[in-house]
Amino acid sequence: MSCNDNSACGGCNARPDVLPNTHPHKDESLLRMERMPHIWCPGCGIGSVVTAFTEAVKRSGLDMDKVAVVSGIGCTGRVAGYVNFDSIHTTHGRAIPVATGLHLANPDLKVVVFSGDGDLTGIGGNHFIHAARRNMNLTVICVNNFTYGMTGGQVTPTTPGGANASTTPYGNYEYPFSLPFLADAAGATFIARWTSLHSRNITQSIEEALKHPGFSFVEVITPCTTLYLRRNRLGDGVDTLQYYQDNSILKHGADTRDTAIDFQGKMVVGKFVEKIKPTYLDAVNATCAKLIGDDYQLYGKTPPEKDAEKKAAEEKAAAEAAGATAGGAT
Amino acid sequence: MTYVTADPKGVDAGPHFLDGDHALAEGALAAGCRFFAGYPITPSTETAERFAERAPEVGALFIQMEDELASIAALVGAAWGGQKVMTVTSGPGFSLMMENIGLAVMTETPMVIANVQRGGPSTGLPTLTAQQDMMQVRFGSHGDYNIIALSPDSPQECFDLAVEAFNLSEFYRVPVFIMTDETVGHMHEKVVIPPADQIQVVERNNYSGPKEDCRPYNFNRQGGNPMVRAGDGYRFHITGLTHNEKGYPAMTPEQNVKVLTHLMEKIDGNAEHIIRLEESEVEDADVVVMSYGITSRIAIRAVQDARKLGLKVGALRLITVWPFCEKRVRELAPRVKAMIMVEINYGQMVRELERVVAGRCKVVSVNHCGGAVHDPQVILEAIKEAAQ
Repeated sequence: MSCNDNSACGGCNARPDVLPNTHPHKDESLLRMERMPHIWCPGCGIGSVVTAFTEAVKRSGLDMDKVAVVSGIGCTGRVAGYVNFDSIHTTHGRAIPVATGLHLANPDLKVVVFSGDGDLTGIGGNHFIHAARRNMNLTVICVNNFTYGMTGGQVTPTTPGGANASTTPYGNYEYPFSLPFLADAAGATFIARWTSLHSRNITQSIEEALKHPGFSFVEVITPCTTLYLRRNRLGDGVDTLQYYQDNSILKHGADTRDTAIDFQGKMVVGKFVEKIKPTYLDAVNATCAKLIGDDYQLYGKTPPEKDAEKKAAEEKAAAEAAGATAGGAT
Repeated sequence: MTYVTADPKGVDAGPHFLDGDHALAEGALAAGCRFFAGYPITPSTETAERFAERAPEVGALFIQMEDELASIAALVGAAWGGQKVMTVTSGPGFSLMMENIGLAVMTETPMVIANVQRGGPSTGLPTLTAQQDMMQVRFGSHGDYNIIALSPDSPQECFDLAVEAFNLSEFYRVPVFIMTDETVGHMHEKVVIPPADQIQVVERNNYSGPKEDCRPYNFNRQGGNPMVRAGDGYRFHITGLTHNEKGYPAMTPEQNVKVLTHLMEKIDGNAEHIIRLEESEVEDADVVVMSYGITSRIAIRAVQDARKLGLKVGALRLITVWPFCEKRVRELAPRVKAMIMVEINYGQMVRELERVVAGRCKVVSVNHCGGAVHDPQVILEAIKEAAQ
């Protein structure tokens, strides 16, 4: 069932204490409905990104049991707890290294990192650039709302210069990161940016990112209605979506050096980078196969392979035993 | 604990001439560790180098992460991905790992962390020995928690205890620490690696029951609870937040009682199964000299010298440092004149000894600020004074 009316509930996840749940989410099977209501504010953009993500997973044709979501701390950090996949809610900034371990330990998985701007590029910035540099086969989705929401609206590495935050009450003195540029410089092989207005484009980009072999990065600019918008007197969520509509410049393949975002300025959106180069694990496997031989297999045989081998051996032994008995009888 | 024999692929059986750091890597591989994430730091780096070199032939994976925070975080992910995991570090790197050691404890993630200790504080004495992280290993991460820490006194024991650390870690689903030191780490000795069929290992216990009954947690204050492996179709969730059996956040004081009591008691309540000590001539002793790691090899010389002088002295070596051997100390304290703790720090485990002795005998600290091992004569003098 799809939801056609978000105006009353501010999103698809109606709070049962306020509204009867007459708006089943279209992706209930991919959400942990037992954990609703979620913690996100009315007008927050995270839900739009989660919806786009679940839709993208469905469209990607990936085995849902082989998709894992890892997130850090913050509002976006809670995504891992709401999506119905194997999921790890880690510590602040460490989603990418945990995801790296999960991916490398179990390469059959498609590991997705959901992270906010502060989590990903402030406390976790080092991991972001190094995972991109390694072309680690991860999909990283950054919900960029220019603020630390969970702790009350502090300045982040992406807050535009001059913007007001609770720790920059006279305006931000710093220069912000442009995340597509950062990811590009570090070596990411798939980079796209949208705003939370661009539901279909986010879905499309995440689907492509999920299928992309290597470090794929999708940034989604979203409104933080409670903190960033209110503190900067930018109206409500709808005003922000209007701002997104009026100021987004679609430019696929844009030079990522031209993707900086000034306070309430224009935003270049689109798919900026898509290229193929060997992933970290490709490189490991290629080198080890050269060293050890073609039968090299990381972690050796998988348990099902071992079981199948054992079964085959037992059947063979049984057949031989039967043959020997039959031979003895004649 | 249910044991199986080790996977021969990781066992380089036979006599070797190895330093402690290399023996740690061999022990890990023998125990079935197939994922190592680390960051170079003196004097522990050789373990990472050995693992990196051996990884392809064993089918294991080594990755050098960007820092120690990333290394330990990667272990959390890799453990839930189904692998046995390890990292190794020393003082400054150990400090950086503290937060996610807490995550591993809270999410009950099995992993082995070796700390080849060097002198501190701060950058301190990078190439010189110490035992100054003995309290940090127990209390360094925030919040209340419990862990297991072992202390090898030789390269052979680095191998042996690495296997044991993995076994304990898998069973109790807790980070297990190998608290070695620069001297043992860089000391070359004969290390005999037994054939695979003589090495007992505890395998990962992955849940395989019906989906609706799958619970990543069971707050029953015991070890032996199954893990859930990512990709097996159970769609588990784990978090560093206080959580319920399903792994979902449940942030109430009542739930924290359940979780925290479980985390503490699965170790303390099973201390007698976990703790290993080595005693020598303790039964008739007036003075017991306690020590661990490299220090015990110095202390035993002093104990032998004291015996030659006719003093009734025994030696007690902590192979398991945490949980602390409270029961044994309570038995000994009323029977002896004094207990001496010899350690290469300003007096760390001696505080634990004092707490447990609780005034029932004299407690003496023979400490050392690090950078070298004790002079056995100093320990002998302390024994003589304590025996009076």
